[in-house]
Amino acid sequence: MSNKATLIVHSGDMDKVYSAFIIGNGALAMGMDVSMFFTFWGLQRLKKGGLEKGPLSKMHMFGLGKLMIKRKMKQANVASLERLAKDFKELGGKILACDMTMDIMGVKREDLRDDLISDYCGVGTYLDEAKDSTITLFI
Amino acid sequence: MAEIKVDCRGETCPVPLVETRKALRKAQQGDIVEVVGTHPSSKKEIPMAVKALGLELVEVKDEEGFWRIRIRK
Repeated sequence: MSNKATLIVHSGDMDKVYSAFIIGNGALAMGMDVSMFFTFWGLQRLKKGGLEKGPLSKMHMFGLGKLMIKRKMKQANVASLERLAKDFKELGGKILACDMTMDIMGVKREDLRDDLISDYCGVGTYLDEAKDSTITLFI
Repeated sequence: MAEIKVDCRGETCPVPLVETRKALRKAQQGDIVEVVGTHPSSKKEIPMAVKALGLELVEVKDEEGFWRIRIRK
């Protein structure tokens, strides 16, 4: 059995994108191979300048809730999403962008973070990787 | 053989684990990676990662206000 984790990042909510990157980084640290597939609202976070832009999944309160959580996270010295994404890449993690979402939402390659994205793909690539994974999550 | 030091004091999940892995990737066979930190769960989880990576856990020690973990690659 391969030692691999595949994560679908469907949500663009800040807290869920945090969960995804923390799990992804943790799995890499444990010596696993990790692929993260960004689709729908998750893909919006891969737009240039978009990584930290997601709302909170609960208690967003027009941005007030997010502001409060951000302040708490700073106090607890939680790493930024930018840092987690860079670490993820440095440890050999793969970030894959869903090309169908790009078509639907009119997202062009030049709108996206080329420095983070390993490849552009469809569902076949996800399944090809997921079928050999010991962990697969839909976030 | 070199000794690589990683200071994660004050850092929280998942930074100590990630910084440990980064240092282990850069280390040569036989090198020692020494990590110090304060995040309680990482003290348990770094040894888990060491085991999963098939490396040698040399020491887990409590110091004054932080922990110290030594790993041989």
